[in-house]
Amino acid sequence: MTIPAAWYLIVSALLFGIGALGVLVRRNALVIFMCIELMLNAANLALVTFSRVLHDVGGQATVFFVLVVAAAEVTVGLGIVVAIFRSRNSAIVDDVSEMHG
Amino acid sequence: MLAATRTVPDVLVFIASAAIILGGAVGVVIAKNPVHSAINLIATLLGVALAFVEQQANFLAAVQIIVYAGAIVILFLFVIMFLGVDRNDQLRVEPLAGQRPMAVVAAAVVTGGLIALMAAGGWYSGAQSVVAPTDPTNDVGVLGKTIFTSYLFAFEATSLLLIIAVVGAVLLARRSPHAEQDPSAEAGPDAGAVGTTGEPAP
Repeated sequence: MTIPAAWYLIVSALLFGIGALGVLVRRNALVIFMCIELMLNAANLALVTFSRVLHDVGGQATVFFVLVVAAAEVTVGLGIVVAIFRSRNSAIVDDVSEMHG
Repeated sequence: MLAATRTVPDVLVFIASAAIILGGAVGVVIAKNPVHSAINLIATLLGVALAFVEQQANFLAAVQIIVYAGAIVILFLFVIMFLGVDRNDQLRVEPLAGQRPMAVVAAAVVTGGLIALMAAGGWYSGAQSVVAPTDPTNDVGVLGKTIFTSYLFAFEATSLLLIIAVVGAVLLARRSPHAEQDPSAEAGPDAGAVGTTGEPAP
């Protein structure tokens, strides 16, 4: 609890960078979603760290809402993946490069 | 906080959580099999929960494990199994020449920029205890009171968001009503899928 905020913020930045890298290099839509979750968790970690060092519960409340939004996002996102898989029989994003149905 | 008050267990817990977080994150990105990615994602989420406990956000750590590791990752695994895409990706093939090096550069720039920005800004700044002061012995009470007073509108908005998400997911995932009404079109979506994917690429 007395770890400097900078250490956690560096871990958070590294986690965000790894998540961004995953979104850029992976082609499976499900893995891209997981990498988006990594970036959301990096933001959550930074928010909790700021909440601790500023003695403010607002950061923790924001993390709570981020969790809710992440759950909703995953629900809709996986619904879209299932719908695309039904029509294209593939979860690879390169196969969905055309906009027409 | 003063560096002198830092104790060895704190540092050990931090190192353990950082190792679990970053190791799991790397595993998510480099795992060939989506199921392995999901398992590595669980490791990262548990590491983040450990970091939350270390920073005295105990309720959020519990919610992190229940919602993320317990619900979201299970949803991921369910969809992976449901779609049958748990075979290995072809990671060796690089569909777009030069994409990976550029992606690595972009991610490094993002990470370095974040760290440089935070270091330039003195890591954190601002007024303390604006919404409500944290209380490590009663974090559920403080958080609950804050959510139902200061953040009441946002809380109600999330309930609306969840309902919209559920309705949207049901609409997206169900089959079209034409396929259900017409027995001869039972294999309609699949046949259409074969025809669509069989088309030569433009």
